[in-house]
Amino acid sequence: MVRWWHELGGLIRRELAAYFATPVAYVFLAVFLALAAAMPFYLAGFFEREIADLQPFFGFHPWLYLFLVPAVGMRLWAEEFRSGTIELLLTLPVDGWQVVLGKFLAAWLFLGLALLLTFPIWITVNVLGSPDNGVIVAAYLGSWLMAGGFLAISAGISATTNNQVVAFILAVLVCLVLLLIGLPAVLDPLRAWVGQGVIDGLAKLSFLIRYDAISRGVLELADVAYFVWLMAMALVANRLILMHRVQR
Amino acid sequence: MIQVDTLTRHYGPLRAVDGLSFAVETGTVLGFLGPNGAGKSTTMKMLTGYLRPGSGQVRIMGHDIVSARRRAQRCMGYLPEGSPLYPEMTVADFLSFIAAMRGLEGEQRQQRFNYVVEALSLQRVLPQRIATLSKGFARRVGLAQAIMHDPSVLILDEPTDGLDPNQKQQVRQLIRAMARERIIIISTHVLEEVEAVCNRVLVIHRGRCVLDDSPLGMMAQSRYCGAVSLTVDQPERVASALGRLDEVAEVELRSGRLTALPSGRGRLFDAVTALVREQGWQIDQLTLESGRMEEVFARLTQARGAAHG
Repeated sequence: MVRWWHELGGLIRRELAAYFATPVAYVFLAVFLALAAAMPFYLAGFFEREIADLQPFFGFHPWLYLFLVPAVGMRLWAEEFRSGTIELLLTLPVDGWQVVLGKFLAAWLFLGLALLLTFPIWITVNVLGSPDNGVIVAAYLGSWLMAGGFLAISAGISATTNNQVVAFILAVLVCLVLLLIGLPAVLDPLRAWVGQGVIDGLAKLSFLIRYDAISRGVLELADVAYFVWLMAMALVANRLILMHRVQR
Repeated sequence: MIQVDTLTRHYGPLRAVDGLSFAVETGTVLGFLGPNGAGKSTTMKMLTGYLRPGSGQVRIMGHDIVSARRRAQRCMGYLPEGSPLYPEMTVADFLSFIAAMRGLEGEQRQQRFNYVVEALSLQRVLPQRIATLSKGFARRVGLAQAIMHDPSVLILDEPTDGLDPNQKQQVRQLIRAMARERIIIISTHVLEEVEAVCNRVLVIHRGRCVLDDSPLGMMAQSRYCGAVSLTVDQPERVASALGRLDEVAEVELRSGRLTALPSGRGRLFDAVTALVREQGWQIDQLTLESGRMEEVFARLTQARGAAHG
């Protein structure tokens, strides 16, 4: 059992090192931080609101993640299959779960790092006023959870193809559907065909509705459980797709 | 020991591997031959636990490759076709990663790391990114990762493909040096390589085994086994004289070089040398052939329909 975690650690370290071995990680961090910092000021009137909180900052995260998380997830498997290193990886004495979790956790930690590096905005808001820091911590955690949901879906889609561009486009599409599915604009036209139960069910799947509460600092167990459940499902699917492709 | 029993694998309707059975003992360097698409790589992928066998069984040192995959994989080193590596890593980081995943720790890890670096002369490229390596070095890194944990079974898919003659020589020397106390399976297109390093040959064609023999045994199946080749001044005249010998089945003349094929009646070499002495011909070169692998290979793998049994 100790050895299992040891091996998982080895896989995570290799993945993380790979991010920083090329300019990709730095370009990603720069773009993420620039957008994360600019959006609240230019699009949400951070100053004009005259409220000392980070809601304008967190409110943009779903849209930021919609494009940036699939960009991280697209290469996870597609690149291994394209270059053939998947054969090297899967003939090491590791089990499929270690490989799936190793890749996912490394990428999730990387996204967590990107999120942590937005700390200057937290300092800024504390300098300007006295926000509720408990709310901010909860929102950070919620945002990271949502990033994990996007990521697990992107990773699973990446396992279906050798092509990173295909993986990216499909992942953005699926994530977009999951984001928007709870909005009245999407659900209202459906009301003609399906019952209220289905509408309510679909609304429960929506990232936006779940995340709306979280970004206001209301970290409810049901919402946390939803994102954890989503990640678990996507990772199980990822493992199955991988097993199917190499028939193990 | 490796035991393969009626191993089969389909790709859609195509039977890539079709009921392959063989066993390999320690101390064997098995040359795995076959035309492109014969099922060599697919078989190796199943032996190493990358692909699941469609049906049939593979046991590596007693461990079943499906039910005890990780245990089987721990005794195996594998160089996949084309030697895929992580291009963004440095050679040192990559080999450290492999050592860690192979469960090597502390002093043992350092010792094995140093050994493979030395054995494959990788000292100079350790800090270099794999993406910037020459083909020869990249292949050596691939071999280094395969032997990192001193495996009892080594499976090498075209280890010398794309290397220059000096690099090929180096890899062959390494394989020969590792051969004792191990099972080594190498797939290759280069028949001279089989002669140079293998003590057993398995030829597969359309997923089936069409020959399982020693390199000498394979050559003995050649029409050229026991043939006599010579270069002389007036090849046409000599050819017709040789053709009249009872020991000669046929005489070939190619770019000034005569080859007399044995008919199987009597000792050809003695008959030819006697005739040469008797006629007083001026001989520039005279050789007794041990057989030509490529001829046997072509005969086995160009047959139409089900080639064997």
